[in-house]
Amino acid sequence: MYDGGKILAGIAIFLGLVLLPVWHNAVVASAPRPEVKTPTHEKHCVDSAAVMRASHMNVLDQWRDAVVREGVRTTVTPTGMTVSMSLTKTCMNCHANKKEFCDACHNYLAVSPTCWECHVEPKGSSS
Amino acid sequence: MSFIWSLVIFSGLVALVLLGVEGAKLEGLFGIWLPYAAVGIFVGGLIARVVNWGRSPVPFRIPTTCGQQKSLPFIRHARLDNPATGLGAAARVALEVLTFRSLFRNTKAQLTQDRRLVYGSEKYLWAGALAFHWAFLVILVRHYRFFAEPVPVVIGWIQGLDGFFEVGLPVIYATDVVILAALGYLLGRRLADARLRYFSMAADYFPLFLLLGVAGSGVLLRYVWKTDITRVKELAVGLASFRPVLPEGLGAMFYVHLFLVCALLAYFPFSKLTHMAGVFLSPTRNLANSNRARRHINPWNPPIVGHTYAEWEEEFRDKIKAAGIPLDRE
Ligand code: HEC
Ligand code: HEC
Ligand code: HEC
Ligand code: HEM
Repeated sequence: MYDGGKILAGIAIFLGLVLLPVWHNAVVASAPRPEVKTPTHEKHCVDSAAVMRASHMNVLDQWRDAVVREGVRTTVTPTGMTVSMSLTKTCMNCHANKKEFCDACHNYLAVSPTCWECHVEPKGSSS
Repeated sequence: MSFIWSLVIFSGLVALVLLGVEGAKLEGLFGIWLPYAAVGIFVGGLIARVVNWGRSPVPFRIPTTCGQQKSLPFIRHARLDNPATGLGAAARVALEVLTFRSLFRNTKAQLTQDRRLVYGSEKYLWAGALAFHWAFLVILVRHYRFFAEPVPVVIGWIQGLDGFFEVGLPVIYATDVVILAALGYLLGRRLADARLRYFSMAADYFPLFLLLGVAGSGVLLRYVWKTDITRVKELAVGLASFRPVLPEGLGAMFYVHLFLVCALLAYFPFSKLTHMAGVFLSPTRNLANSNRARRHINPWNPPIVGHTYAEWEEEFRDKIKAAGIPLDRE
């Protein structure tokens, strides 16, 4: 006995699943990568832009551990600034618009940091 | 030896991509052309193998599975182990694929001190294999966030569950720990036992190295040598929509990860990993035991040329008559 029908159905399901990203993008084109606006009144972030893009969560992690566990509240950044290690007071002071900065990127990759359950989100609107 | 060879080939692959990206600046080759080629080989190769299997006829149902077949009403029928209907067989295949039921029955042979051979239950292989496969599936599903914008909400839920313990930043996924531990066990198992080492071949070690390489480089990419993931997504969406773009500065670690994935995909149809497709075609799993209920005709039987008594009588009519034997048809 041959089961041609079932074999073809199996292959169709396989193609449907494996190439799902292709079908998905053919039906609903994906939105392009968001270009976030960075502050214009400052030249540098707390590290080079490339490092920040890839590893800003590590910076935050180090800051958090330094403040909460060691009680050290200020640091000198690799870009030569002396800053207080604070999410709301430092990062969000320069990047005041969370919706258009942090969230723009995070929504693009379905990242949802839990930080804002406790930390205050600034109400400002400048980027 | 087979262990060393697989390790050498695997290291060669990693060296190749590092040289290609860092030395020769062949990002276009490793970022665009090889992924397309690898997916092509994977899809084409697997379909070719399945079509080839589908061409071999299955003459009879294989009833030699554990469990009582459907019989008289007062004999209890093992519906899952020996199903009588297509639906039952589908349930048996599904259970096999999702829970590795036959591996659960794995046994271990051992000699006792007084040199008696005893068989014991052996569940570690089943547990390790199941942990690896499920972690792998969850990771693959989570990677879907690189291929679609907006990301389907389910992916977010899975990420939330997977990072449930909220350890570290970026949050450590439970599946990352599980997949590395399970793969480590599956490799260590082959190395620790002399008998297993004896019959493990390069074709057994190499897929394990590839999988460890893919998972390991992925974990490094997330927690150590990080890359800008928004750009990775730009590349991935470009590939999936056939408008490839090559973002700058993805970093060597990302290309190692991607190249090992490509190697895995391209190697897949030629290796034992094809069991992904093969498991669905296991004749002892997917055939309902209907041998007695229905007539199964072997497709390669030659047509039976019968010779009835009437025809025979016609052929030898003169001789029968001459011998004085009575004829059916005078
Ligand atoms: C002194 C003001 C300032 C502070 C404080 C600051 N940033 Fe920045 N940030 C900038 C500027 C300016 C840029 C653009 C840098 C460039 O393009 O070279 C930037 C860039 C970035 C980028 C890269 C955006 C992109 O796509 O290029 C990220 C991510 C980022 N910052 C996150 C943070 C985080 C997280 C903190 C807190 C730990 C922080 N920043 C603190 C000014 C600041
Ligand atoms: C359960 C509530 C809670 C959550 C969730 C939380 N934090 Fe905090 N965080 C705190 C508290 C409380 C402090 C101590 C504040 C202080 O001493 O000034 C703190 C301090 C910090 C500090 C240093 C002080 C400052 O002013 O910022 C950083 C940096 C920080 N957290 C980062 C993060 C990040 C990043 C996340 C998300 C991954 C996060 N936190 C999530 C409660 C929380
Ligand atoms: C250039 C785009 C971009 C910008 C801008 C950006 N992020 Fe992120 N962020 C990401 C990506 C991508 C990840 C996920 C990294 C991963 O999964 O490895 C992430 C992860 C994080 C995490 C860790 C979350 C987790 O669960 O792992 C925190 C915390 C975070 N970002 C905070 C911030 C804050 C605060 C800002 C605004 C000041 C910000 N980010 C701006 C892209 C960005
Ligand atoms: C066989 C297929 C693949 C496997 C098994 C695999 C495995 C992994 C693992 C285990 C991680 C660690 C983090 C996590 O669990 O999310 C990871 C991360 C990653 N993978 Fe893969 N991967 C595969 C395919 C791909 C492909 C095709 C891409 C290219 C788009 C890719 C890009 C990435 C990136 C960018 C990260 C870092 C994620 C982050 O920082 O959150 N992977 N991978």
